[in-house]
Amino acid sequence: MYEGIIQDLIDEFGRLPGIGPKSAQRITFHIVQSQSADVTRLAELLATVRERVRFCTQCGNVSEQELCSICRDARRDAGLICVVEEPKDVVAIERTRQFRGLYHVLGGAISPIDGVGPDDLNITQLMRRLADTEVREVILATDPNLEGEATATYLTRLLKTLEVPVSRLASGLPVGGDLEFADEITLGRAFEGRLTVS
Amino acid sequence: MRVTQLSVADYRNYRGAHLSFQPGPNLLLGRNGQGKTNIAEAIGYFATLSSHRVSGDHALIRQGEDAAVVRMRVAHEEREVLLELQINRSGSNRAQINRGASKPRDLPRYFSSILFAPEDLSIVRGDPSLRRRFMDERIVADSPRMMTVMADYDRVVKQRNTLLKSARTSGTKANQLSTLDVWDDRLVELGSEIMDARTRLIHELGPPVAAAYHHIANDDHSPRMTIIRSTETVLAGVALSEAELGEIAVGAPPDISMATDRGGDHPHTMQKFRAALRAIRPKEIERAITLVGPHRDDLFLELNNLPVKGYASHGESWSYALALRLGSADRMRAHSTTGDPVLILDDVFAELDLRRRERLLAAIRSYEQVIVTAAVAEDVPEGFTWNTIYIHGGAVRPDFSDQHSTSERTPDVE
Repeated sequence: MYEGIIQDLIDEFGRLPGIGPKSAQRITFHIVQSQSADVTRLAELLATVRERVRFCTQCGNVSEQELCSICRDARRDAGLICVVEEPKDVVAIERTRQFRGLYHVLGGAISPIDGVGPDDLNITQLMRRLADTEVREVILATDPNLEGEATATYLTRLLKTLEVPVSRLASGLPVGGDLEFADEITLGRAFEGRLTVS
Repeated sequence: MRVTQLSVADYRNYRGAHLSFQPGPNLLLGRNGQGKTNIAEAIGYFATLSSHRVSGDHALIRQGEDAAVVRMRVAHEEREVLLELQINRSGSNRAQINRGASKPRDLPRYFSSILFAPEDLSIVRGDPSLRRRFMDERIVADSPRMMTVMADYDRVVKQRNTLLKSARTSGTKANQLSTLDVWDDRLVELGSEIMDARTRLIHELGPPVAAAYHHIANDDHSPRMTIIRSTETVLAGVALSEAELGEIAVGAPPDISMATDRGGDHPHTMQKFRAALRAIRPKEIERAITLVGPHRDDLFLELNNLPVKGYASHGESWSYALALRLGSADRMRAHSTTGDPVLILDDVFAELDLRRRERLLAAIRSYEQVIVTAAVAEDVPEGFTWNTIYIHGGAVRPDFSDQHSTSERTPDVE
């Protein structure tokens, strides 16, 4: 245990996701010993990031303006909406450079244990969006775990009433991997989702 | 298959110990509280990835240490494989197979054993949860994938219960419960798979268990095992009309499974599960708990058409418990491609009368390797050449063969 403000800072860093007590200590001492200009800049950024960053009113992604950069981009196909759980999922899909449509960020997945129900997610906005605009396809890209699947099932049921085609990302074998090393669940899913080639 | 070497470090009461085993009968001899059972537990852990005595792993780590390490060399015919397991106090456990990094859940592919313990009597006499555990352990041993299915199922039950509870407290039922259907889908899907796996298992275990019982009790009491499904109980209670069942059949999703050996009647199980959930929903909302599914099923054991629980004598109950294990071993042996499972008998002989001891031993002597623990040599039937290992105070003692014949009966401290 350190004294006073040092320990306070260590505790504060330790509460951040992915940072354990040792890393928190390392970061704290790095800050204490580093040039004052660097630390001031970090402190300013921390203060302004909360003020400046908002959520896109259309898709729920992080943004510094009313609409996020993807929603503002006129070249994107507004007829396709990809539904994801978190803003970081948008970044992951953007890296593929294959999807040219728009996103909808739910802000999590249905999980009663964590106190998250459909009302806590951006679902009403999604429904409004689908009612207002011409959408050719909704792609559900929630995580392939229990909560993500449950969220996808919930949305599928909800979207049935709108007569919009809905698809779900495939799950199966990783590219570049060996079949023999795949676990049974993944291999089983790959069999279920197999494609007809001729 | 057989265990050739076992070494443990910072495991239970052992700082470090190394044991060599022989094919055939092995005997771990030592007074109570010295660490015989801990060795049996360590060997059994590789087959089931859990202790037969405690549910968590923390008790396996020597007090004051961060991790326990167990290494076991297993041989099948001329092939040897080295299995290593590190049980960590914080963080997940780690495993190595032939010095290559691996996952703990891969270990059971290389080693199978059947462990008999005094606790087995409670499978026959105790709560339904113990009988479910007995079945699920065998299912996972057959197909490790089912471990994930069971864990997911438990999580769905938890999510669903939380939802039901929050719906009850907040009162906004209609709104909150809109997601209940979503969890029902997963519950039915995963639950039916577990139910069918259990049905298939018990169907296969019936004949070997009956044969084993006959062997141990030397009497034909026609033992019978039936799974009591909570779905059936619920449906019998509400006496669902045929028309209603028909309607459900139409609404059920098609079976997209590629597996043909799923056993049971999968679509049928799912239909019934759905129907039972629908029938019991008002009660579930009232009690805020999931009332139907494999977590509420039981395995009903009978002798001479009477339930074992409450009717069978102590001796009969013991014979049944032994028959469940021995039957499991015989079934495993029949299916195995890597030789017999290793039989581990932890302090079992002390619980049995002389005749049962001898019959049990006669039944298992054909197995490739048997590992027995006992407090005194007198508990172990004669007429066997045992490879005896002496355990004392968390260490392996060099052979002091004259001592085991002197009866060292000490008060039970375990």
